[in-house]
Amino acid sequence: MLSFISRSIVQKTVTLFFVSIVSFLIIHLAPGKPSQIDPLNPKFTPEILERFQKEFHLDKPLYVQYVLFYKGLFTGKTVSWKDNQSVLKKIWIRFLNSLPLFIVGTLLTWTLSFPLGIRSAIHRGGIFDRTTTFFSYLLISIPGFFFAYVLIIFVVTHFHVPVIGMETFGLGATSWPPVAMDRVWHLLLPSVLGATGGIAILSRYVRSQMMEVEGQDYVRTAVAKGLPPEQVHYKHALRNALLPFATMFGLILPGLIGGSVIIESIFSWPGMGRMAYEAILARDYPIILTVNFISAVLVLAGTFLSDLLYLLVDPRIRL
Amino acid sequence: MMEEAKTPLTWNQHLDAPSSPRESRFRESWRLFRSNRLAISGFVIFLAFLCVALAGLFLTSGTQPRFDPAVVRLQEKLRPPLSVPNMEALAPEELPALGIYLFGTDNLGRDVFSRMLQGAWVSLTVGFVAVGISVLIGIFMGGLAGYFGQNNIRSGHALGVLFMGTGFVLTGIGMWIASFLFFAAAAGLFLASVMYGPGRRPAPGKAPFLALLFLPVMTVDTLIMRIVDIMLCFPSFFLILTVVAILPASMYNIMIIIGLTSWMGAARFVRAEFLSLREQDFVTAAKALGVGKFRIIFRHMMPNALGPVLVSATIGIASAILTEAGLSFLGFGVPPPHATWGNILSDGKRFIFDAPWLTFIPGIAILIVVLSFNLFGEGLRDILNPKLRERT
Repeated sequence: MLSFISRSIVQKTVTLFFVSIVSFLIIHLAPGKPSQIDPLNPKFTPEILERFQKEFHLDKPLYVQYVLFYKGLFTGKTVSWKDNQSVLKKIWIRFLNSLPLFIVGTLLTWTLSFPLGIRSAIHRGGIFDRTTTFFSYLLISIPGFFFAYVLIIFVVTHFHVPVIGMETFGLGATSWPPVAMDRVWHLLLPSVLGATGGIAILSRYVRSQMMEVEGQDYVRTAVAKGLPPEQVHYKHALRNALLPFATMFGLILPGLIGGSVIIESIFSWPGMGRMAYEAILARDYPIILTVNFISAVLVLAGTFLSDLLYLLVDPRIRL
Repeated sequence: MMEEAKTPLTWNQHLDAPSSPRESRFRESWRLFRSNRLAISGFVIFLAFLCVALAGLFLTSGTQPRFDPAVVRLQEKLRPPLSVPNMEALAPEELPALGIYLFGTDNLGRDVFSRMLQGAWVSLTVGFVAVGISVLIGIFMGGLAGYFGQNNIRSGHALGVLFMGTGFVLTGIGMWIASFLFFAAAAGLFLASVMYGPGRRPAPGKAPFLALLFLPVMTVDTLIMRIVDIMLCFPSFFLILTVVAILPASMYNIMIIIGLTSWMGAARFVRAEFLSLREQDFVTAAKALGVGKFRIIFRHMMPNALGPVLVSATIGIASAILTEAGLSFLGFGVPPPHATWGNILSDGKRFIFDAPWLTFIPGIAILIVVLSFNLFGEGLRDILNPKLRERT
């Protein structure tokens, strides 16, 4: 156990090192420079350019820039090129904005897909199963931005509530119920949209796992000895079908920083995804690289956690 | 007498002869496929989409296209679908080819039907080329890891690659002589590794310097799987967005980038299949017959490993089309004035309440095409599933 943990920590650190190198190279070797002068902008003189380059070490060779950048990142000193604010602080603020979306979306995904998947596995081939199958294909295939607009049209014309942004601007200091309702309405659509794909995929996965377990001999034995169906389905079958999903808790982690670029920009939600998108547009390399690095850390931590959970949950796996 | 001697023989022959399956593999697949209604509908929609995209390519390109997606009629903007053009206001060459605006017009008065036709070809090529690239890389990497996975990469190889990389960097900086030296060193190392190939390596103790080059570093399998791990660490849509934003906008860049960032699944499938296939008897038999490595790989193993790759490729096309549409929607797709389904929708979003058809027509088109690929892919998965085969 201990050897497994130490080995995978070493392995993941090495992977992370290479990820940092590759992302740095992708950004810096691409054509075009962040310091390129716009010839039409009279404020951008060569002197300013030189100061800019010196400030952000752009005049140094690439490997020095690499070391300096990651040194800055770990000491928390990296600043955004756009507005000279601390990158970590900026990300933290945006992260707090994205967090409600993430929490509501994840809760929706996990609470809806299990009942759906289990029910369609138990009554497979029935009308419920076929309907959910069709809808899950539909939800996997629908482009998020199109679905967002369909939902916006629907909600705005039928419920007459504003949905764009995080809250209605200028609602002011009224009593708290309308404010809370306002927040809920604004939160609802983006988190539902974030959850749709997850619900469709996860419920299919639950269904196939459940169906596989229901085909096992011990389930047939349980049915044959006359146990009530609820006990067979939910006690004998479900417990074993749930095993792989314990590990999937680890895979939620990367979603913490992802945030959907498209959904956040449609809803003008000032979250992580939008910040990353704006950073890409502004060629704000420190932010792009930091977001990339943190998300790589989270992916690796997530796989590590899921391996660990699998070890704990499944007694058949011994290292 | 002779009759008697012959009859048992043929009888035995009949018993020993390998009995052919009742129906061929293809017919069996076809029968299974026909019974799967969702897969059939997916396939039919895909064929229709193929025809539309091809027709779109021919009808909207050239100097005098039949359906011109670029004609701007400012006096006819935001006309709803199926509306009749205003004859007096238009010059004869500006009239839509069908006589009516089948899908309406956009905010510049361009015929949405022609633009959809033009965009179909973009979606189709992006889907197929991106997935083609990713499948090729995936098969190559997965095949290497699966078949040659146990071979060691020796310190000499690693050093050679290092020298070569340094050489490229130096060439980039412009230090020609130093880079030439590094290239020469790399070439020398590779030459040494070929000269002292398997079985001809220098005897231990004889050439201590050479022996240093033959230390095992890691296996090919480890290397490739670590590369896959590294690639999986990147948030894919964000990475694609970054690279597309940095590189000049073009359709080919998008295809290549989507392809380069999505080969990991195919590589894993091929590796897993190869690992199980290479232990099977028919591969051992082929090796014993002296069949060459590459013939074994491509003629004997690859056809058996392609099933899961085909399924993931079909579903990959669906997600590549979605990714391209998402990029176009964010404004990083194929540069205007070329129409894609994503940027028709993106242009139409400002008129979402006045001209909802600008949102709904491309959105539903993308939905139907992606759905057809997903359904077809799932159908293929069922067909290629051996468990299902035996049961029927």
